[in-house]
Amino acid sequence: MELVGIIITGIGVLFLMLGNFGVLRLPDVYNRIQAGTKCTTFGAFFTIIGVGIIQPEWFWKCLLIAGFILITNPISSHAIARASKKIGVNLCKQSVVDKSEDFK
Amino acid sequence: MNEIIFLVFLAVIGLGFVFSFIRMLLGPTASDRAVAVDTITTTVVAFLVLLGLGFDRYVYLDVSLVYSLLAFLGLVALARYLERGI
Repeated sequence: MELVGIIITGIGVLFLMLGNFGVLRLPDVYNRIQAGTKCTTFGAFFTIIGVGIIQPEWFWKCLLIAGFILITNPISSHAIARASKKIGVNLCKQSVVDKSEDFK
Repeated sequence: MNEIIFLVFLAVIGLGFVFSFIRMLLGPTASDRAVAVDTITTTVVAFLVLLGLGFDRYVYLDVSLVYSLLAFLGLVALARYLERGI
């Protein structure tokens, strides 16, 4: 049971590191939001659930923290993306299509 | 839990901190810095839970829960400030 927890925690930690690396590497605000929210939510969820599996009497509180991250992280990233679109941060040069003009 | 595996996990998360911190220092616009702070806070929550496992203290889970709540409120306030001022 502890081995399963260690493997799940390892997957989560790897995804957290890759999400942070994407925030450094990608060319644009919107791409950085993509990496910094999806990857990090997945990684934090798996890390916390893995800790709950390793230590079974902590499981319900870990599930509470993971559910809270799963609810609040998309909301904050959506707020940042909407604000940066409204104050006029441009897309990067390689981007092909921008559908947001159609919905004004 | 094996100690070496635990130290490797903490080192990998710490490497992630360095990447986001560099982006927070040299991000061209304010939105880049906000995204970097968002990523750092989510990483800190997972880091605190892992640290609580390593030190065998139950209190760290409460700390990470309150920290995630405060970080969420702060980021929503920051986004609102970027959008239309205070």
